[in-house]
Amino acid sequence: MAIRWSQYPAAPHYDELIAPGGLARAGAETVARHLEQLGSLELSVRQKAAEAAVKGMGITFTVYHEEGGSIDRAWPLDIIPRVIEASEWRLIEAGLRQRARALNMFIDDIYHAQRIVNDGVFPRQYLLESANFRSQCVGISPPLGVWAHVCGSDLVRGGDGTMYVLEDNLRVPSGVSYMLENRQVIKRVFPELFAETNILPVDDYPSQLYDMLRAIAPPGIEHPEVVVLTPGIYNSAYFEHAYLAQQMGCELVEGRDLAVDDDDCVFMRTIDGWSRVHVIYRRIDDLFLDPEAFRADSTLGVPGLLRAWRAGKVALANAPGAGVADDKLVYTFVPDMIRYYLSEEPLLPNVPSYLCADPQQCEFVLANLATLVVKPTNESGGYGMLMGPKSTEEERRQFAELVRANPRNYIAQPVVQISTTPTLIDQEVEPRHVDLRPFILSGSDVQVTTGGLTRVAMRKGSLVVNSSQGGGSKDTWIVESGH
Amino acid sequence: MLSRVADNVFWLARYMERVENLARLVEVNGSLMLDLPRDMAPGWQPLITITGAGQLFAAQGYDTAEATVVRFVVADAKNPGSMVSSLAHAREIARTIRDILPREVWEHINGLFLYVNDHAADAISRGTRHAFLKHVILATQTLTGMLEGIVSEGPALWFMALGRNMERADMTSRIVDVRAVAMLPVHGSPLRPFATIQWMSVLRSLSGYHMYRLKTRQRVYPAGVVSYLLADEDFPRACVCCLQRAEDALQRLPNSRMLLRRLQRLRRVVTRTPFEKLSPDALHGFIDRLQLALAHTNDDIARTYFRGELTLQRRAASTQSQSLG
Repeated sequence: MAIRWSQYPAAPHYDELIAPGGLARAGAETVARHLEQLGSLELSVRQKAAEAAVKGMGITFTVYHEEGGSIDRAWPLDIIPRVIEASEWRLIEAGLRQRARALNMFIDDIYHAQRIVNDGVFPRQYLLESANFRSQCVGISPPLGVWAHVCGSDLVRGGDGTMYVLEDNLRVPSGVSYMLENRQVIKRVFPELFAETNILPVDDYPSQLYDMLRAIAPPGIEHPEVVVLTPGIYNSAYFEHAYLAQQMGCELVEGRDLAVDDDDCVFMRTIDGWSRVHVIYRRIDDLFLDPEAFRADSTLGVPGLLRAWRAGKVALANAPGAGVADDKLVYTFVPDMIRYYLSEEPLLPNVPSYLCADPQQCEFVLANLATLVVKPTNESGGYGMLMGPKSTEEERRQFAELVRANPRNYIAQPVVQISTTPTLIDQEVEPRHVDLRPFILSGSDVQVTTGGLTRVAMRKGSLVVNSSQGGGSKDTWIVESGH
Repeated sequence: MLSRVADNVFWLARYMERVENLARLVEVNGSLMLDLPRDMAPGWQPLITITGAGQLFAAQGYDTAEATVVRFVVADAKNPGSMVSSLAHAREIARTIRDILPREVWEHINGLFLYVNDHAADAISRGTRHAFLKHVILATQTLTGMLEGIVSEGPALWFMALGRNMERADMTSRIVDVRAVAMLPVHGSPLRPFATIQWMSVLRSLSGYHMYRLKTRQRVYPAGVVSYLLADEDFPRACVCCLQRAEDALQRLPNSRMLLRRLQRLRRVVTRTPFEKLSPDALHGFIDRLQLALAHTNDDIARTYFRGELTLQRRAASTQSQSLG
């Protein structure tokens, strides 16, 4: 079947590939023309080839089921790439870099002098009520002053074409391995496009991550031992943990492989006996990290790990307590942080947000529940939200009670008309909503992945991009045009 | 290398070796059944005995018909020693140690897992069985070749060599045991020509027929085959050769002195045993003791590298130490 962009039903949303009228956007001309030439039948054949490649390469993610434990599923990948023109990307990248710097300065400030609080920019009350503030971290100075070494920020494009930051994931953000693997597969699927288009490469991430981790090792260690700490094979992101450890040439350890001695040094159990560990890229949440310091019932963690970190004998990335800035209420203050710490104007806007913690704004939210999205401040993955326009009166009534009972716990945003991009659905090309998660590494400098992981909601009209809930993914192409 | 990873690597090699041996057993039993007169044929029961699954098989109430046994040994996920179960274990392990193996190794094991799950039915029917088993044997040998060709010398490779050779020694001794008890010659028996066919099939199940002829320059006779498969120093599937290779791997690993002594002792005992003079009962008793010794060695390997008590020294001048078993 032929693909005719002039008949592609992008409206009423902003489409990433095709402008109104059926013309390709800047940077996407070659891709659009090529897809048109291939036709949807050939695309379906290549989609099948891509799915076979995903299966053969063993690219999987884990889904939990109440019965039967966890299931390993093939990673869903739609072959039509999501294209961003390089000059636009450079602006986004600068915005992300600025954001990561400000967030790290905020976390460091919060655990030290709290200047931003004392100067009245960030209300003390909000800090006291934060679920992710860790008193155990007060006064600690991690190497380079960096807390959130790896940040995954979710971006969405609104109806007017503006790219907004939706949230910043500073705890254990995942997805970067899929970004890298998607590129491997798509290179096999469209070799001819890679030959004729200037698509910027993405392969460098594991070595950048490794260099960053080495840079935060305790001082005086010439050859630091860097390890990746995973909760184990049943974690939904286990694939990624193993992938990154392999790409970096590091040991992939579980909590039971590690121990802390009386001198607060961390060791791993090897065939030669105990061996010292200097840097841990941990993919376990704060609360499970160390049963001595946090949840005593955690079997995933390492007793004494926090003690070792506080003593400076081991570096943890991300640092414990970094999650204090991974809170949707704190998120609303990021533009203010950028102005406060960097004396710069934010390059990337937030989605406009209303704080229910503020009585006036809360009244506005309660009066307009039917048109707003209300989100809990401490959840991730789209849980516990109210989608106003799609809700029933009864749901809104119940939600209003929740908000009144605990206003600190909620923010509200107008519904963003998230952009779409062409996606292969039952052998036809149709628009589907997408977001974008770039990854930002902060060490001695700040680096941003080229593009990021594009997630796509495969159901028509749906905004849910999570792979556990039927979302798919795409390769993201940063294309240098005009060559 | 992490103890947990070493444990996994060791077992990955054992499971993959088991997959290969199962394929060989099914293949040769099938061809043996075609060569022998119906009333002489050993049937399919020996496969159950060799794989040590007798109790489970009986508990299922299965008959010993060809299709039933082959399905049980190849395709039954409820049988923990079946080919699909061994591959599922191997794949699960390979997935957990993707960080230490080259990508090709993982993709290869994953590919074989997918193939066997999609084609297990081919093993049941005689018409497609040979091609299926040949694919499996070739794929496991490809894995061995990959390890040799693209994995650097190091603990991962050595633990795999250790696991592979321990599994192989175990399997070869089981095969000799089960076949020998059923087939060692009884004087004056009129069926001796067929006994030769059976012993040739034993050699073939281990791809050892050709090597046996080259090495011994003799015709196939029972005690000769038993002696060759247990005590030959050069044939890679002979017990003594497996033990020697396990020792080679251990030589390169730390803290292996005690283990090496045990294996060397065991190897000497096998080498010096006069198999020509053993009665069937004495041979059976000998193999029992050999298998027990192999099991003890496995325990020692686990204690030394994977799970034993280990003391974490304090870094300070203190003389005390803290146990973290």
